[in-house]
Amino acid sequence: MLSNLINGISLGSVYAIIALGYTMVYGIAKMLNFAHGDVIMIGGYVAFCTNYYLHWPALPSILLAVVVCTLLGIIIERLAYKPLRNAGSLAVLITAIGVSYFLQNAALLIWSSNPKSFPNMIGTGSFSIGKAQVTLPSLITIAACIIIMIALTLFTSKTKMGKAMRAVSEDKGAAQLMGINVNATISLTFAIGSGLAAIAGVLLCTSYPQLMPTTGSMPGIKAFTAAVFGGIGSIPGAMLGGILLGLIEIFAKAYISTELSDAIVFAVLIIVLLVKPTGLLGKKIREKV
Amino acid sequence: MKMKKLSPASRSGFINYAIVLVFFAVFQTLLSTGNLSNNFTGQLIPICAYVVMAISLNLVVGISGELSLGHAGFMSIGAFTGVIVSMSLQSSVSSAPLRLLAAIVAGTLVAAVAGVIIGVPVLRLNGDYLAIVTLAFGEIIKNILNCLYVGVDGKGLHISMKDANALNLDENGLVILKGPMGATGITKLSGFVSGIILVLIALFIIQNFVNSRSGRAIKAIRDNRIAAEASGLNVIKYKMMAFVISAAMAGAAGALYALNYSTVVPKKFDFNTSILILVFVVLGGIGNMRGSIISAAILTVLPELLREFRDYRMLIYAIVLILVMLITNNPSAKAFIHRIFGRRRDEDAEKGGA
Amino acid sequence: MIEKEKSIRLSGFTKFMKIQEEFHMKKTLAILLSAMMCASLMSACGGSNGSSSSESKAEESSAASDSVSESAEGGDSTAADGALTGTLKLGHIGPLTGGAAVYGISTSGGAKIAVDEINAANTNGFTIELNNQDDEHDAEKSVNAYNDLKDWGVQAIVGCTTTSPSLAVSAEAFSDRMFMLTPSASSTDVTDGKDNVFQMCFTDPNQGKIAAEYVAEHDLAENIAVIYNNSDAYSTGIYQAFEKEAGELGLNIVSVTTFPDDSNADFSVQLQDAQNAGADFVFMPMYYTPASNILTQASAMGYDPTFFGTDGMDGILSVEGFDTSLAEGLMLMTPFASTDSPEFTQKFEENEGFTPTQFAADGYDCVYAIYDALEFYAEANGGYDVTDVSYSDLCDILVSTFTDPSFTFDGMTGKNMSWSANGEVTKDPKVYVIKDGAYTEA
Repeated sequence: MLSNLINGISLGSVYAIIALGYTMVYGIAKMLNFAHGDVIMIGGYVAFCTNYYLHWPALPSILLAVVVCTLLGIIIERLAYKPLRNAGSLAVLITAIGVSYFLQNAALLIWSSNPKSFPNMIGTGSFSIGKAQVTLPSLITIAACIIIMIALTLFTSKTKMGKAMRAVSEDKGAAQLMGINVNATISLTFAIGSGLAAIAGVLLCTSYPQLMPTTGSMPGIKAFTAAVFGGIGSIPGAMLGGILLGLIEIFAKAYISTELSDAIVFAVLIIVLLVKPTGLLGKKIREKV
Repeated sequence: MKMKKLSPASRSGFINYAIVLVFFAVFQTLLSTGNLSNNFTGQLIPICAYVVMAISLNLVVGISGELSLGHAGFMSIGAFTGVIVSMSLQSSVSSAPLRLLAAIVAGTLVAAVAGVIIGVPVLRLNGDYLAIVTLAFGEIIKNILNCLYVGVDGKGLHISMKDANALNLDENGLVILKGPMGATGITKLSGFVSGIILVLIALFIIQNFVNSRSGRAIKAIRDNRIAAEASGLNVIKYKMMAFVISAAMAGAAGALYALNYSTVVPKKFDFNTSILILVFVVLGGIGNMRGSIISAAILTVLPELLREFRDYRMLIYAIVLILVMLITNNPSAKAFIHRIFGRRRDEDAEKGGA
Repeated sequence: MIEKEKSIRLSGFTKFMKIQEEFHMKKTLAILLSAMMCASLMSACGGSNGSSSSESKAEESSAASDSVSESAEGGDSTAADGALTGTLKLGHIGPLTGGAAVYGISTSGGAKIAVDEINAANTNGFTIELNNQDDEHDAEKSVNAYNDLKDWGVQAIVGCTTTSPSLAVSAEAFSDRMFMLTPSASSTDVTDGKDNVFQMCFTDPNQGKIAAEYVAEHDLAENIAVIYNNSDAYSTGIYQAFEKEAGELGLNIVSVTTFPDDSNADFSVQLQDAQNAGADFVFMPMYYTPASNILTQASAMGYDPTFFGTDGMDGILSVEGFDTSLAEGLMLMTPFASTDSPEFTQKFEENEGFTPTQFAADGYDCVYAIYDALEFYAEANGGYDVTDVSYSDLCDILVSTFTDPSFTFDGMTGKNMSWSANGEVTKDPKVYVIKDGAYTEA
């Protein structure tokens, strides 16, 4: 019971970090960035390569993964999404899917389809709390998740750039009039989201050490669900959504059915959205004429 | 002469039928004279199925204005219903076309019922929330079908969620659905002619619906929901009609598709397939049925044409996808195309969307 | 006013639709698309000759052209008695992209080595042209790939690598009378009722049964836990046969858990269940990718039963980054381990960049089995030239040879293999234990 709880929170923390990327990008650019899951995968590969082939220690390889993913996020935004700034969300959605296919197939060509087993960078070990066994990576995952959330909240509420991000997500036009560089702010959002994706990639692969070109897609979709669950566009919402999703998934597997766990996760999402149509912490959309 | 009396909308509709019929005539001729490559021959029925999928999704995405990311779920329901019906009728009905008809009708009906069940909660939501719920339903359908075992024997259908042994079939019973293994040993019933007929029927239903009173109401709701509501339109009812018709057509397409292969697995109808159909619709032009037909046909064939690039095939497909989206949304590229095809575009503007 | 304007912010999607209509994107696209349509039509009509034969390796094709000229010289005279001559057009279908790509690349890589060897030997001028097609582990794509190979003029098929595409293609191959030998599609449905479809690997039920027998015979387990992939035909097929046989042999299964393909990353719940049930033996009928996860997670939680895998487990030691000490003591039933043939392993690594698994060995054996069968036939019939023989004629020859009781085949995945009329192979199972980071025959 307790170990399921901790496993659930740990899995949920990974979803939450990925969901943060979705939610920030959605909040500011109003787009569903389906390529986000694949950025995670790239982050995982970069960390893997530096750690395994070049024998870098954990911290530099994670940092490099973050840098690479940040740059990748900016490049994707500049090349693929920026030209579509005025084209509306469906065109961007399809482009994002194109980018997703591109990253997956590029990874396939670069790293081959042979799955890699991700080396444990964070350290091994387990503690017993009562009767339950808790592993070190899952504790670190949870801790990382909490730190990231606090940092992000501080960033968006205290710093100038963070405030600019909030302003742009509130009203692009008004923000521009106030002298905020909208394009730079959107790029910054992508950069942060993608950097987080790299961390998520390392954490995901440490807990579930299997790395292949399609590694990112299902966690990507789940995290997207988590973001919507918590109210897309809301940072605490993504956090809450991610952790709840992880818990539901683990408990559904443990107590109901491993076969149907995904169906249960999605069913809960649907029920939540019916009760609260904009997610748990989402802003109410008011439509007036 | 007569054409002039027709409204622009129905004239455009007739052009669509004509395109399908010309497509049929050309390929049937090539087929019967043996000039069509095996690879292309094998794709004719999937093309028909995908065309029906595309126009039915276009009804929801283009006409009704709701982003659906779970359209493959309805295809899946239609596919497996069709397979179950055709396989259980195998012993009692000897005529293959009749069994195909029964399978497609059953697939259509069950998918329509699913459309109602899913539509009720889904259509209460808006925008991207609606999109994610359709995605969720698509995943749920896939997940449940992955655990579903169905068999048939003298006593009728047996259903289990555990495994094939739990079906308790007679000695000569037949296991139709084997959970993750899907259906195997399907007798292929679909043909090019039946595919084309289905495309024509789907086009007929959808085009007439779009141009009907209800269709206009739906477009009014799409363009301004609040104004439409204020004029007394029952928003949910009309959205529901579009959603259910779309689901039903997808079910029919699913049955046609499944009965073209000897095996079909639930995993086939996943998120990626839903996205694939959405790509057809977006590239063909939102709300443009003709565009959907053409882009579904071409994008089905395109990856096959790229076979020569081997490992780079899907990479190239991805780049083509991105470039097409960028170019069609680029103002200067659009201006360029407008200069060249300016005259024709103006004509088209008069006609309005198809 | 401003308030109002702001509040009409509909979802981005609806907005997009309006913009879309204004821009008439449809028309531009329609033009673009119809241009592509024309192109596709042209190539579709012209595609029936060999022009679409995709890449064939440079050396290979030069070897092939050499042999063509040679066989043209001495072709019909059938110089050597009982010699196999000519060029065989062989097709391979497997997933080369997508999630299952590693398996398809393995079988095709194995097949390629076999073809290279045969072409290098150039015995009596016999050569093989290999055409390798991607099916993305999808039934629809596999049928397309098959049709593409037919356009190329294929005479026999090695494939498909995975089960669901094999089912789809075998139905086509059966109605076309095309000989098909699958390296690794192990479901009985693949061969059921199709006399011209053969398997190089064990069927799933066979493997599950043999595994249960082995466990019982060697008294390996008291309490057995099973973890299997319930969205995978291979995994489910083995499990069901294992469960049935285990019941008959009185083995005690205490925990059965499953995992779906999509989220094969997290096994904490399944392992917890096994541990709580007191299982000292975990049967894992699955591929090595999820298995490496299970081993890592089991070790992280300090759970250390005997793990027993099936042939899909081969390759676990060569997963890059995998801590092989975790696999210490892992037992696996597989026809091939990379230590069996260092020469083959080295060649495969050079070509594909990773260590071969039994998939590669199966692919390799498939080519040689067809080659041996043709030689067998040529010998019995005073020589045979395969060039331009229709695939249905070749199919009859191969089917009769494969089912000929006097035809046996010694390959890398087993000696004295023979095939029954229903296409199933008979060979001895081999069980390996991982000791000191290497496969050791148990």
